[in-house]
Amino acid sequence: MNAAQIRELFPILRQEVNGHPLVYLDSAATSQKPVSVIEALKRYYEWDNANVHRGVHTLGTRATEAYEGAREKAAKFINARSTQEIVFTRGTTSAINLVALSFARAVLKEGDEIVLTPMEHHSNLIPWQQAAKATGATLKYIPLQEDGTIRLEDVERTVTDRTRIVAMTCVSNVLGSVNPVKEAAAVAHRHGACILVDGAQSTPHMRIDVQDLDCDFYAFSGHKMCGPTGIGVLYGKKELLERMEPVEFGGEMIDHVDLHNATWKELPWKFEGGTPIIAGAVGLGAAIDFLEQVGLDEIREHERRITDYALERLSEIEGLSIYGPRRHRAGLVTFNLGDVHPHDVATVLDAEGVAIRAGHHCCQPLMRWLNVTATARASFYLYNTEADVDRLVSALLKAKEYFGHAIG
Amino acid sequence: MQLDDLYRRVIMDHYKNPRNRGKFDDDAVTIELNNPTCGDRISLQLRVRDGIVEDARFVGEGCSISLSSASMMTDAIKGKTLDEALGMADRFSGLMKGEDVQFEYDDLEALSGVSKFPARIKCATLAWNALRKGIELARQ
Repeated sequence: MNAAQIRELFPILRQEVNGHPLVYLDSAATSQKPVSVIEALKRYYEWDNANVHRGVHTLGTRATEAYEGAREKAAKFINARSTQEIVFTRGTTSAINLVALSFARAVLKEGDEIVLTPMEHHSNLIPWQQAAKATGATLKYIPLQEDGTIRLEDVERTVTDRTRIVAMTCVSNVLGSVNPVKEAAAVAHRHGACILVDGAQSTPHMRIDVQDLDCDFYAFSGHKMCGPTGIGVLYGKKELLERMEPVEFGGEMIDHVDLHNATWKELPWKFEGGTPIIAGAVGLGAAIDFLEQVGLDEIREHERRITDYALERLSEIEGLSIYGPRRHRAGLVTFNLGDVHPHDVATVLDAEGVAIRAGHHCCQPLMRWLNVTATARASFYLYNTEADVDRLVSALLKAKEYFGHAIG
Repeated sequence: MQLDDLYRRVIMDHYKNPRNRGKFDDDAVTIELNNPTCGDRISLQLRVRDGIVEDARFVGEGCSISLSSASMMTDAIKGKTLDEALGMADRFSGLMKGEDVQFEYDDLEALSGVSKFPARIKCATLAWNALRKGIELARQ
């Protein structure tokens, strides 16, 4: 793949910011959108917009086909067995909340264990904290190695027969470490537990096969993978989703209703109360088409090249510390520039047209583990090039010089 | 975008040599506040007697803007009544909106550039939000 050509497909990247051509290195927060996705949204609203699963009119049929067509694409994209296993949600957060709430109501009891890692994003942490508080279940954490990786033996040591669910991210949004989720799934299953994989940072960047991983639940967001905000997917094994009760009730998700009772629609619609995020799903479908066209393996390879180059160039900057493993990592680099606070670093970079993230990245426990209050993060995607890394490095050198004089 | 509008020398001086950094070991009014969006933290202490801020100290973790703002603020409120301190907090909010306001402690005016960097306003106001809470506590 040719990142320079791909970049041309992203209109937003053609602008100048603060007098410099924009270098966007914050795709782990949200990715930019290619013209095909923007056009799909526009076309949907200009031609097909109607509510789904209701009207008999032509637009209603088109909208329904577009919405359910997106579900088929999502199912194929992660190799689900069927579209019944694909629930559309608002994003990864609401997908995880759905599972956590459902487990809190029907599965978890006092003394049960929920196994997490200290590197979880708040979205895969707080729902489980709440589930534990509501049920008396206990939270257990798989310890991290010094470089921020997880060893399988520590998974084995942490998961017990009292564990009901293991919830783990596939890729850390801070460390970039890639976790052994397939192996962890096997461990969980050996103990009769389920595993939920947070796929927010993995799905946009690598080929995911939920059957191969054998995970029970897998959650991801559209907006990090070239799609619109407000749409995400909860994949769940059919037999599990069938046993789970909906957590949102209302129109669209019901089968039969009388004054005192109601029954639910079949999967996946029983989890999709209310008018769904139709345009979002259409946009997600277009994003999947786009990523498939480029090729997930090509994207992964490209990011590996860029990240290796970034690690090499960033290591040349004296006083810059890099967090996370050096090898087998995803396309992001989290760092601190000496004593300069990441906010100050990010402001200087922004003045140079380079957009990075600074803060705790919704990972406060992990920040404490790293013994920092905040970090800076540059994250890469298919539209980033080596030249972007060069711009990052020269902007960082400027920041260093600027604050070197100021702080002394 | 002019970085020097934001990072004026006086700001960097307060960042490098923070005034009133530390903790009292008596029963001074203590306020812990953090900025949930970025992780900055401040612990502000006020020694208030007869409605007057006799002394103030802080410890904190944060960027140059949040720490220099805390340093200046603790200096500026010393010897002021709670009402005067609150008035200063109000004027500081105005400064962050780009209003033309004056302070007796004129180092504070160096922070006026922050108003041009909307993403950094919450850094500058953290200490002042702690002050507002502290004034409330001191009045109880």
